[in-house]
Amino acid sequence: MTRTIQEINAKIKQGRAVVCTAEEIIQVVREKGVKQAAATVDVVTTGTFAPMCSSGAYFNVGHALPRMKMGGGRVTLNEVPAYAGFAAVDILMGATAIPDDDPRNKVFPGKFAYGGAHVIEDLVAGKDVRLTASAYGTDCYPRKTLDTWIRLADLNEAVLFNMRNAYQNYNVAVNLSERVIYTYMGVLQPRMRNANYCTAGQLSPLLNDPYYRTLGVGTRIFLGGGEGFVVGHGTQHNPGVRRSEKGLPQVPAGTLAVTGDLKKMNPRWLRGASFTGYGVTLTLGLGIPIPILDEETLEFAAVSDAEITAPVVDYSEAYPHGRAEILGEVTVAQLKSGEITVNGKKVITAGLSSYARAREVALILKSWIEAGTFLLTEPVAPLPSADSGYRFKPLPERPWERLQEAV
Amino acid sequence: MAKRKVVLNFPPHLIDQPITYRLVAEQGLKVNILRARITPKEWGNMVVEMNGDKARVEAGLRFLADLGVEVEPLAEEVRWQEERCIHCTACLAPCPTQALYVDRASMTVGFDGEKCIACELCLNVCPYGAMEIAVEK
Repeated sequence: MTRTIQEINAKIKQGRAVVCTAEEIIQVVREKGVKQAAATVDVVTTGTFAPMCSSGAYFNVGHALPRMKMGGGRVTLNEVPAYAGFAAVDILMGATAIPDDDPRNKVFPGKFAYGGAHVIEDLVAGKDVRLTASAYGTDCYPRKTLDTWIRLADLNEAVLFNMRNAYQNYNVAVNLSERVIYTYMGVLQPRMRNANYCTAGQLSPLLNDPYYRTLGVGTRIFLGGGEGFVVGHGTQHNPGVRRSEKGLPQVPAGTLAVTGDLKKMNPRWLRGASFTGYGVTLTLGLGIPIPILDEETLEFAAVSDAEITAPVVDYSEAYPHGRAEILGEVTVAQLKSGEITVNGKKVITAGLSSYARAREVALILKSWIEAGTFLLTEPVAPLPSADSGYRFKPLPERPWERLQEAV
Repeated sequence: MAKRKVVLNFPPHLIDQPITYRLVAEQGLKVNILRARITPKEWGNMVVEMNGDKARVEAGLRFLADLGVEVEPLAEEVRWQEERCIHCTACLAPCPTQALYVDRASMTVGFDGEKCIACELCLNVCPYGAMEIAVEK
């Protein structure tokens, strides 16, 4: 059988679309088989709620009087520096930005209690945020200082723009050293006492469409409680990695760049996160609908936790030194059981990605589609896939001093 | 190594004596003052955390009692702010008593205060501030 997105949207508009979440579809396939499931189900919804590496938001705050040129000046929001390298009143707030006077790791391990992600969360929650700005002043934009409360509703544009979200699979982090280490994968106890993982597994968007066959530039998604769109592949997109027989990447692979209107989002699905000893990041709810275009699509979407494997990596030595050593491979099912075995040792597991919330995202997206308020989009362009040759490279360091010698 | 949080109440006649200094210099303890209210001619109140090997901490507490300082242990409670929790399960790793646990079917986290020993390891691990210390006294 085949189905087009146009046909699916026609059914959605009539309130007749048959939708399952990526978790529900597993049981459907077990009972009815792939063929019948594909014939019956129009859309499978996926979801995830986890820290999302590279996120931020841009705003147009509107002009004060007299006019002021923030671009090229300095701007802070609740003391967190924003980037002001754009037009007069356009600013960008990155999720990982922290106040200049944050002690960072000087008192080890640092708390990183407040940063860009928290500013974005506070704005989405409707709170007042303090904006300070200083500028060099021009004839047309003479004002030099501004210190004002702002809030989301008063802003012109407030757009979530994330250059890397929805990592397709991720490492399982352990610590082989003798001291506690503080990483973006959380606090890791010494001698491999715990293993932290971060994946929504069988609900994960890109693990349900591992070769990116049904999504691309322009795909409409659930983002932060509202609507968003896929902009394209995200930074560090790495589609050419080794994959299982079923096409599932066995190491971190694809990523997505996404965007959405912050004014339609909700702090339940967009939270600032403070990682002790590491920094601040944004935890986000993201869900993608998979149009069941053919049986193969359904088969990919019926992936279960037992079929997805993730590599166990030491974050005390191997990871910081860029050594691609893998201590073992475990399935997501094993990770979610609470305990895995690595080199004969039992290790307790802890997650960073909320499966309970991922389930909720997929169910919300399902309800939007069933209600007829969410239509699927045809991708405008595909993402680079496994056969594209596209890969994530390290930085070839060429120290500045050496070039000077040549001159 | 012992770590003890205590509430110290100083009678007025001890207010002008450098007792905290003596705890450090003479008793050899690492003292962290968490809260202090010292006013001349009134009872002074301090909440301190004392760090050192067990024998020294015990000796330090006896030294204070001998001087006439009233010493009481600080009652602390770890609280789970459910509305801040996103149920990621990161807190399960450090919890030594499984006071923090997960229901594997729903993958939702729960907190059994009865099992909590206030070791405070979870506080550092939760990225969303869902674990908090509530201090009595």
